[in-house]
Amino acid sequence: MSYRRSRARREWIARALTFACALVSIATTAGIVVVLVTESYHFFAKVGFGRFFGETTWSPLTEPRHYGIWPLAAGTAMIAIGAGLIAIPTGLLAAVFLSEYASERVRNAVKPVLELLAGIPTIVYGFFAVAYVTPILQRVIPSLPIYNALSGAIVVGIMIFPMVASLTEDSLRAVPKVQRESGIALGATKNEVIRKVVLTSARSGIISAFILAISRAVGETMAVTLAAGNRPQLTWNPANEIQTMSAYIVMVAKGDVPHGSLEYYTVFAVGLALFAITLVMNLLAARLVRRRSYGV
Amino acid sequence: MAFSAAGSPKTTARGRLVFETSFRIVCTAAVLFGFVVLCFLAQQLIKDGWGSLSFKFLESPPSSNYPERAGIYPALMGTIWLMGLILILTVPLGIGSAIYLEEFAPRNGFTRIIQLNITNLAGVPSIVYGLLGVAAFGFAAEATGSQDLRKSLLAGAVTMSLMILPLVITASQEALKAVPRYHREGSLALGATRWEMISRIVIPSAIPGMMTGIILGLSRAIGEAAPLITLGAVTYLTFSPRGPLDLYSVLPIQIFDWAQRPEQIFQREKSAAAIIVLMGVLLLFNAAAIFLRSAARKRLH
Repeated sequence: MSYRRSRARREWIARALTFACALVSIATTAGIVVVLVTESYHFFAKVGFGRFFGETTWSPLTEPRHYGIWPLAAGTAMIAIGAGLIAIPTGLLAAVFLSEYASERVRNAVKPVLELLAGIPTIVYGFFAVAYVTPILQRVIPSLPIYNALSGAIVVGIMIFPMVASLTEDSLRAVPKVQRESGIALGATKNEVIRKVVLTSARSGIISAFILAISRAVGETMAVTLAAGNRPQLTWNPANEIQTMSAYIVMVAKGDVPHGSLEYYTVFAVGLALFAITLVMNLLAARLVRRRSYGV
Repeated sequence: MAFSAAGSPKTTARGRLVFETSFRIVCTAAVLFGFVVLCFLAQQLIKDGWGSLSFKFLESPPSSNYPERAGIYPALMGTIWLMGLILILTVPLGIGSAIYLEEFAPRNGFTRIIQLNITNLAGVPSIVYGLLGVAAFGFAAEATGSQDLRKSLLAGAVTMSLMILPLVITASQEALKAVPRYHREGSLALGATRWEMISRIVIPSAIPGMMTGIILGLSRAIGEAAPLITLGAVTYLTFSPRGPLDLYSVLPIQIFDWAQRPEQIFQREKSAAAIIVLMGVLLLFNAAAIFLRSAARKRLH
């Protein structure tokens, strides 16, 4: 084979191999969707959408069996909302500090701390909740059970705080300097410029950061499994023990249910719901970011 | 734009100044929140876990009968095995995908779909990857007749690799993008084919950046337990794996098991000690990533 032919051939092989690698991510998505839909199909064929969305009790493993998703959905929502109440204000203010007030030196010192906080495994946050947060809360609310939604929401809030801060900071820093200077030139104080010019201008990026962080809280598993407990109940009282959608999946998987049983398929139905919720939130966040434009 | 709302204290000169100062203080306090949490956590972990840390802790199995002798050897070995297998899987797949997307891919709709898909995959909850693994390896186990396949290191490594791939691909793409245009053009001008340019010029200068991405991916995987528990990884194991088809446990699963036990020594002390080990490994990873990032900057400029 001539030298030129072998070079062309190597070129072709490299292109084909790297293309095959790139296809793996497409196959992953296809795999996730196919698995969730086909396995949930077995569940919905037996139970039906009516009971899944209509009943208000979730007890698929014990008699009397009920298949209403709402207790798990409410548990997940309570964790996500509670976490958002903690992480959104602190994260937003921290982002304002980093982008508007901090000097380069302070920023370079603070950023690694936030990265470190963001890199802590979720199981550690779960331990943090059970070992330290709950005992502290029990001093204030003596009737609080060991496993409760409040403690879970607090640690998940701490967990997503760095994410809110760094994503928000990115969108604040993308606001052109000219806009800030115009505000100052019109006689505004710094915080007036921040509130009325910078935050307004970066609005869609900031909301997108919030949505991404909440979506992360919705899908979060180990911290809430440890902290919030394993009792699905339809409640809005954060002092109760609850179960989130992700915690249910973990609980059933640990229990070794037989492959092909209805209990086995419930996991995929819950997984499909979880996947759909986070997907919608992530797509919404991506759409908001794409729309942002900083015309001067 | 009007900055006034008549009658509000924020409109008087003094009011505006006071508000300015307090706003600044509140923003600073929000950042300090992160520091305080981190310091509190570190201090508590050391207080509870330091006493249990020893070489004996690292090389003993997790005994239930003698809690004070319980160690993390099988979990530590499981974590090392898992990281090794993930590395073998994600390095070629992650770098390969990044090279295709940055260097070969035509600018068409299909490439855009791949790119958008990777962004979306990064936001899929880890437990969903666990479900994918359960179904895929459950199917494979039926086909091959080996029931424990789903609980094997191999199943865990493949599932975790799929989970961190989006992160690794995106970081590797950034590294490839950072290679200056004139390096590429110089190489092509000297008669190199596209692949010769990529393999001899682009990849060598992008290596530190791509390694940073791989380390970040690994540090996500090392702390993750949800997909592995979903796959059925064993929570209590007294021996360590010898091959990719063996049963295994990992550090986060060991911590999960201990933190749920009623005994104080497991729930507090042994868990905290295992977390210190896990965080120690993570810090090493982070330090390596920071070092490589600065090496990457030096090499390119």
